[in-house]
Parts: sequence; C-alpha cells; structure tokens
Amino acid sequence: MSVDIATVKRVAHLARIAITEEEAASFQNELNTILGFVEQLGELDVSEVEPMTSVVEQTMKMRADVVTDGFYSAKVVANAPASDDEFFVVPKVVE
Amino acid sequence: MTRASDLTSLTIAEIRDGLAARAFSATELTKAYLAAMEAARALNAYIVETPEKALAMAAASDESIARGEQRPLEGVPIGVKDLFATEGVHTQAASHVLDGFKPPYESTVTANLWQDGAVMLGKLNMDEFAMGSSNETSYYGPVVNPWKREGSNLELVPGGSSGGSAAAVAAHICAGATATDTGGSIRQPAAFTGTVGIKPTYGRCSRWGTVAFASSLDQAGPIARTVRDAAILLKSMASVDEKDTTSVDLPVGDYEGAVGRSVKGLRIGIPKEYRIDGMPAEIEALWQQGIDWLKDAGAEIVDITLPHTKYALPAYYIVAPAEASSNLARYDGVRYGLRVPGDDIVSLYENTRAAGFGAEVKRRILIGTYVLSAGYYDAYYVRAQKVRTLIKRDFDLAFEAGVDAILTPATPSAAFGLKEMALASPVEMYLNDVFTVTVNMAGLPGIAVPAGLGAGGLPLGLQLIGRPFGEETLFSLSEVIEQAAGRFEPARWW
Repeated sequence: MSVDIATVKRVAHLARIAITEEEAASFQNELNTILGFVEQLGELDVSEVEPMTSVVEQTMKMRADVVTDGFYSAKVVANAPASDDEFFVVPKVVE
Repeated sequence: MTRASDLTSLTIAEIRDGLAARAFSATELTKAYLAAMEAARALNAYIVETPEKALAMAAASDESIARGEQRPLEGVPIGVKDLFATEGVHTQAASHVLDGFKPPYESTVTANLWQDGAVMLGKLNMDEFAMGSSNETSYYGPVVNPWKREGSNLELVPGGSSGGSAAAVAAHICAGATATDTGGSIRQPAAFTGTVGIKPTYGRCSRWGTVAFASSLDQAGPIARTVRDAAILLKSMASVDEKDTTSVDLPVGDYEGAVGRSVKGLRIGIPKEYRIDGMPAEIEALWQQGIDWLKDAGAEIVDITLPHTKYALPAYYIVAPAEASSNLARYDGVRYGLRVPGDDIVSLYENTRAAGFGAEVKRRILIGTYVLSAGYYDAYYVRAQKVRTLIKRDFDLAFEAGVDAILTPATPSAAFGLKEMALASPVEMYLNDVFTVTVNMAGLPGIAVPAGLGAGGLPLGLQLIGRPFGEETLFSLSEVIEQAAGRFEPARWW
C-alpha cells in the first residue's frame, strides 16, 4: 500500500499538525518508504495468532476507587501558556 | 585532597568506598564533576546543568555520612536524561513543544535515586522524545561522541536516543546516568561509547513520571562505566510502584551480588538469524570472541533459532509510532509547553504542533496516525501485534529448551559520523536497532557491554538477552566479558 498527497494531508490533519505543500511531498516519500519496509509482515500467516496485549504475564492491577490525589489546581495550570483563575484559556470554541 | 580528575575517574563502587573511608567528601566529588562538565560543554551532553542543586544534595550527603548513615548511592553524581520528570527542573524530552516545562512532581525512578542519596548534576541531551539512533533529532542540537577515530578529527555520533547519557558517562562528566530504551536507546549508545547499558525487563522500573514514547515498549535503565556500577544503579532505579499499573510485583534482585558469580554450566544461545547479510567482519569476530570468553568461563554454547527476528523491526515501526501518535496527542498548546496562536482551537493545535515537533517526531506521528486510522487498523496495527506474539514465542521456546541467556552483537556497526546519515532514508537509520529491537518487542532484559575496539579504535559492544527478570544472570555473564575484554576509555580532546 502506498499513500498519495491527499492522504498525507488528511493524516496530518487527523494528527493536528499543520504541513506545507513541500512538507507533504517529502512526508509522502518517507511514509511510502516506511510502509514499503513494513510490507514484509504480509509474508507471515498470522490467521491463527492472537495479537499481543501485554508482554508481561500479570493481570492488570486494580486499586480502590477512592480519591488519593488532587486539590492543587494552581499546580495543574502552573505550566499552562495561558490560564485565568486556575482555568486553561483557549480560543472561543462555542458560538 | 585527591586531584579532581582522579575523583571523576572513580567508579561508583570506588566512590562508595572512598566516601566511607573519608578519603574525600561528597562536596569535593561534586565540585570535581561540575568543573569537568564545564570543560566538556563542546560535547553538548547536558541540556541543563544544576550546580546549585548538586551542591545542596552533596552537602546533605556529607551530613548524612557524618552521622554515620551512608545510603546505597550516597553522594554519587548522576546525570538524568531529559525524559525523566524532575521537580522544578527543565524536563522537555529535548523537544521544543515542551518549551519552558518544569514539572511540579518527580518521576519514580529519579525519586528512588535521590532517596538512596544520589546527587543530580543536570539534565542530559537525547533524541527528541527518544525518537532517533544518533542523538541528532534533539531540539538542543546533536551530542558529540567523546570517541574519535584514530588519526581523524571527524565528530562522531554517540548513538541514541540516550546519546547524552552515554557520552556523559564515557567522558566522565557524571558517574552514571539514567536512560530509557524503547527499541535500543540504552544499548546502542552504550555500545557506541564503550559504556555498559542495561534495559531491564518490561515492568521492572516504573514508567511513572517518564515522558511516554511507546508505552508497551518503554523501559528505564542505567548507563554506567562498569558492569558493577550498572548493577548498583539498577538496584536503586528499580522498584514496585503502585503509580504504574505495568510495574511488576516482584522484589528487586541482588544485582551487585550477581557480579562475579560463576557462569559455569549456564547455557548461552547463539541465534543464527542475527548473522545478517553484510555484517562487518569486525562484528563477526567480536561475536566469536564473546562466545570463546563465555565458553572459557564454563558456559555451554548452543545454537538456537529465533525465526521471526527479521520481522521485529518492521513490526516495531508500526507498534511504536502508533503508540507515539496516541501519547503525543497531549501536546496541544493548551496545558503546558509551547503555544502558537491560531484563528480557532484547531489551528492553535495545528500551529503549535507544527512548530513544536521536529521532522522525525512528525514522521512517526503521521505513520502512527495512518496505521491506526479507519480501514488500516487491522491490516497494520493488529497484524503487527500478532507478529509481536510470534517474536515473543521464539524467545519463550528458546528459554523453555533450557537456554539461560542469548549472546548477540549490540549494533551492526561502530559509531558513525555526525550528519553521515543525513541523506539516508529513515529506514536505513532504523536498521541501527536491528539487534536490540526484538528485546523490547518481547519485553525481555538486555545488556550491552563493551567487548573490544574495532577499526579506527572505536568501541564495539556485545548484547546479552535474558529471561524475563533474569537481570542477575546478565550481570554475571557481562562481568565475564568485562573481565576478559577490559575497559575502554576515550582519549580526551575536549
């Protein structure tokens, strides 16, 4: 499988990365090289194989459903590029 | 007082003895390192130096020693890869997108080190978000390998992604360093710099507070100058952590106790699939030398087969980018780091991520987004996860047949020149990890240990792969190699 320019642009939009026409062309090349490389996985018959979900044999740990952390909203927004009264500030999203 | 350059030449084990004997103070030791770091800025190994913090921690260590309490890493000066969250200190995964980020919390791995008395010298350079094999994708510029080819002034890469960690350890500007390994990022730079690096079993070190790249593959581990030092560091870094659900509930082993233990009767597998086409003769010879050393030490050498080896790298380049595209979705210009304004929220995201991520990171996010997108998920992602099952099964079968560890080369070549791979395709760069990536795919422990010098006098490393939680066996075996091969230090030019 190989990707065309329109697909590269669609994927970049899905990934929320703005790209120029020039970048789209160069990513198209590189993505096709990588996709060409991974194509060899098609040589294997995996119809009877279970996909891996965890490399270690351990059941998922569960903890009690209680509040163990929090109550420091000032710390949470301390690194925000824009905040106001312990809220994140973003451009208007609802009309 | 001991001379400063002598102090920075000490191993961690020697520092421990010297501090206990009051031969020097932790403050003297830290000052010697801070001076060495300043003199070695041409290597670009540190992104941020934290001298005030280091001296305060060293003073606390001196007080502790004066009270007669010497913790396992008391006064040991450590460099920290920029991937680990360090409270109040620059943590950006060497990326522009995390511009100005100072975490209000400490990663579990580094908290464990400080708890055991270690001293933080600063944050080490790395490939952006740990994506790279040459440390050339860092927003802060490439790290220069302290090693050079004999008779050449060409600057070489230290490998990646933990290139700053490996270079700093080799150049004696930290006594040991934290690093991380998703596809070879501890072992490949260790091999390129003549240092020892171990990626422990997945789940051995907590991932909490470590910037995520590919969560099912990421593992922290140390880079050190000797096998014993790596064992001492791993003991402190590893823990059972309730903050990481993939942290495994097993007690941390006695790694240092395993150093020097007999390897007599251990069965060492030699996988024929690692004898790849075009493998340089010096790598072949190094591998054979390693086999002979282990045989001489009483280990039994057996030929094994790991038939799905060649599929590990392509499967990795689906699984790792897929997980990365998901993990890196959080860098949105809203909660932390860089923000580039836009007309609306979507263009704010798109502009921030366009300006914040470097080319290699974008490439991997795009691949990951593509293989996870509607219509391709089964063909790529699910298939790759099935192949991963086959890769792990290869190892399981070898271990079930009685193999205790597997010996391979660590890398297909010695360190290459800066910019030498600039025109190569991404896939050519990815081939650096051909021997290491299988280990991450199967979640196993792997150690790279220096085994000799190749053409141009550059260091070469061997890799030992262990059973799950078989780190102790790896330390015993790599000590045999270190004893036989000796240790390798670069000639100082900086």
